[in-house]
Amino acid sequence: MTDAADEHRITVTVNGEPHAVEVEPRLLLVHLLREGLRLTGTHIGCDTTNCGACTVLYDGTPVKSCTMLAVQADGHEITTVEGLGSLSELDPVQEGFTIEHGLQCGFCTPGMMLTAKALITNNPNPSEEDVRWGLSGNLCRCTGYQNIVKAVLWAAAKQHGHVAETNGQGTTVSGRT
Amino acid sequence: MSQALDEVKIGGLGSSRQRVEDARFIRGRGNYIDDLKLPGMLHMEILRSPLAHARIISIDTSAAWAIPGVRLVLTGEMAAQRNLAWMPTLSYDTQAVLATDKVRFQGQEVACVVADDPYIAKDACEAIVVEYEPLPVIVNPIQSLAPDAPLIRDDKEGQTDNVCYRWEVGDKQGTDRAFAQADHISRLKLHYPRSHPSPIECCGSVADYNAATGKLTVYMTTQAPHIIRAAVALVAELPEHMIRIVSPDLGGGFGNKVPVYPGYVCSILGSILTGKPVKWIEDNFGNLISTGFGRDMYLDSELALRKDGKILAVRFHADTDQGAFFSDAQPSKFKIGLVHSAFACYDIPVGHITARGAYTNKAPGGVAYRCSFRVTEAMFFQERMIQAAAADLGMDQAQFRRINLRRADDFPARTPFGFLVDSGQYHKCLQLGLDAIGYEDFKREQAQARSRGRRLGIGISTMTEPLGAGNSREYDILGIKMFDSAELRVHPTGKAILRTGAKTQGQGHETTWAQIVSHELGIPADDVIVEEGDTDTAPFGMGTYASRSTPVAGAAVSMVARKVRAKARKLAAHLLEVSEEDIEWELGRFYVRGAARRGVTIQECAMAAYTNMPDGMEPGLENNAYYDPPNLTWPFACYIATVEVDPETGVWDVLRVVAVDDCGVRINPMIVEGQIMGGLAEAYAMANMQFMTYDADGNMIGANYIDYLLPTAWETPGFELHEVVTPCPHHPIGAKGVGECAAVGGPAAFVNAVMNALEDTGVRNIDMPVLPDRVWQAIQTGRDVSGVPPVRQD
Ligand code: FES
Ligand code: FES
Repeated sequence: MTDAADEHRITVTVNGEPHAVEVEPRLLLVHLLREGLRLTGTHIGCDTTNCGACTVLYDGTPVKSCTMLAVQADGHEITTVEGLGSLSELDPVQEGFTIEHGLQCGFCTPGMMLTAKALITNNPNPSEEDVRWGLSGNLCRCTGYQNIVKAVLWAAAKQHGHVAETNGQGTTVSGRT
Repeated sequence: MSQALDEVKIGGLGSSRQRVEDARFIRGRGNYIDDLKLPGMLHMEILRSPLAHARIISIDTSAAWAIPGVRLVLTGEMAAQRNLAWMPTLSYDTQAVLATDKVRFQGQEVACVVADDPYIAKDACEAIVVEYEPLPVIVNPIQSLAPDAPLIRDDKEGQTDNVCYRWEVGDKQGTDRAFAQADHISRLKLHYPRSHPSPIECCGSVADYNAATGKLTVYMTTQAPHIIRAAVALVAELPEHMIRIVSPDLGGGFGNKVPVYPGYVCSILGSILTGKPVKWIEDNFGNLISTGFGRDMYLDSELALRKDGKILAVRFHADTDQGAFFSDAQPSKFKIGLVHSAFACYDIPVGHITARGAYTNKAPGGVAYRCSFRVTEAMFFQERMIQAAAADLGMDQAQFRRINLRRADDFPARTPFGFLVDSGQYHKCLQLGLDAIGYEDFKREQAQARSRGRRLGIGISTMTEPLGAGNSREYDILGIKMFDSAELRVHPTGKAILRTGAKTQGQGHETTWAQIVSHELGIPADDVIVEEGDTDTAPFGMGTYASRSTPVAGAAVSMVARKVRAKARKLAAHLLEVSEEDIEWELGRFYVRGAARRGVTIQECAMAAYTNMPDGMEPGLENNAYYDPPNLTWPFACYIATVEVDPETGVWDVLRVVAVDDCGVRINPMIVEGQIMGGLAEAYAMANMQFMTYDADGNMIGANYIDYLLPTAWETPGFELHEVVTPCPHHPIGAKGVGECAAVGGPAAFVNAVMNALEDTGVRNIDMPVLPDRVWQAIQTGRDVSGVPPVRQD
């Protein structure tokens, strides 16, 4: 390890809980979350800002935590998948993903859900096109996206209190073109 | 009479039950390999070769050893001392674990470092100094198979050229005769580019060798844990009962997580040498540059045609770029996998195929990337050839298919290459697809648009493919037959645990296997927990790939549940005090024939198995089943895409995609549709953007997601799904494989659509991916565009 003198003391609020930690300057935010705080729901896919598996909310904005240093989070609020809903009460986005079968292997899912959360917070009435564009920083190799789009639209509807009855039966989402 | 159970309500067959897996995944509580942390665990990183072909002159590791926190620096020489510098591949070749003599592809493993944390291990890798002497580089089979090509595998005794195998099948003379009588011969040459399965989670392992007990536990990203255990026993010469392989939640696999990779072996060796658990987490660059790729095949084919459209014969030759080591992860007895399943859905009397594999200076490890061992190449090729032949004859592409597709009463039928196709309603599927897309209307619209200078196109792809290896006669891995297994224990209160030899990677086995138990026993699916992936507890199985889980492991689940039901029937007879012959079964309940009100539930039988069994009966209610399928399963699919090509830029947009899938009986329709949509997206990706290529020096272009393009939600089109159900005649519940159909059959629908839009230009082929510049070039020149990697000219 590098000398303690090289370490920085930072304070980060993660999922509402403040943490004071000593970190190496080069430590990535994703490693602070996963290794330092053992919040392993944030995944590492590509390491290069392309896949979005590591997406977390940084003061409410989705960021790719594989390309941020932990020190940049000093004094900021981070939300990870563990802070999205609680064990007993799911966030509408989480509900939407399971109801619309928006996940298969689940590896992209935390990042997708956090991006989706920010999306429907900023735009409570997204069109299908808005959702497809809004999720275009996150890759999924399993689902073909169609059910992810439906999941996000479901969550947006749920936020308004009207829930679509679809449950994987229809194929109403038609795609970009 | 008691109320009969509603099968869909209890989560049985046909229920779109929500997935059990989701509960942990949506809360960020999955358990993927990188989430595992063992006490005292060290971290490993791999140093890779920057050159594609070079002799290693020297490796100096002293600076790496000097970095505080470094515990081990491992080179090929050290591995060789333990006889582990090379390992056997699943295709009976050898592969270097850590290079000793020379490097044979860019990204090859040269050394590795084990350290206290991954940052230190990475620093230490950079401190290793390797001196190389560059050698001439070969990046495609054309170069590789030329006389006087430099020898890549000089490590192999008796190897004098770069041919890694030759293979042929079919009737050459009969085929030649048929060609001699043809009215017309259509020919097409294609390259199916190299691609990578690229699951978002890369590979990794945590090896934990306990020197006190001699037991080795390896947590690793594998689709086939039992095969790995057998391979480790053979490679590391450890006793098999002292090896435990655990495959945790997998972040996708798509074939990429079948092979044994050097990283796994090094982490095991690292743990043995340091006495600590060693974790290796591959980065995305390492995954793309070194692990199992898909495709990379060169095809040259001819169809012999009668002028009325009947296909008289087919012949083709396939050269495959195998990379530096022949490590195809495929279990068939056929060198080139199931490429000879091509044209199985068409009634063609005779055919002949020849094939060669070539060593090149590229990454090794052809895997069945979301397919059954080169079936993707076969079906792409077939459907491109069909469209070209229809165009050559000036015949409508749907009508040409109608003339040649097998009819519903043709089954069972033997293909000219020896497969037995057993069921299907091909014409019905095709018609459903044509109706859904509005075929005739589209053709009118297309003609009108053309007169206004717009280029619309429609592409069809129809195919049946063999899914679900084995049977054990023709399919094995390392000699182990391709069966699969299930073990079911019903507890006293009627709840149950099921374990299988398969391994889910997102397909939802935890959900669907319980549904099969529910279907067979009437136990609600919610009362059945499913476990896979731990070789200490799961029965021996061959793992999950090539859409084999439902055809094989799923069948085993049915069979074990039936065994359990047979014992429960004896318990029911005992409880009802009648002889077994007088017992009838309805879902979840036995009753006395002629007295339906007198009955006992399966749960009551379970309790009796532990509390009130008849004299002489062994207590308990559990069993296992090993299932050796009599044949492969043969799903059929019809995919149709419409596109608009912009002649100014070469960009093409997808207008609509219609998919008709007949995968037999659907266990969980929601999950089946999810699989189909995932496959369609990959099909679109391959047709439109996704490929990895190499420059003339063997530098891989595509070892990151900037160069290796994967479609996002924005580019990916929407899909319209339809179904036809022809039950599989030999599967216990009539199911067929489905996970890969769309990825296999889909690409040709997109490419055929683009080619259809260019039909009047005289262009017959643009190699995938059909990139805008290739389309533009084709329109400008009126010539075919090849995607073969460049060859150095100096
Ligand atoms: S891991 Fe951060 S974007 Fe892929
Ligand atoms: S669910 Fe597997 S990558 Fe998205």
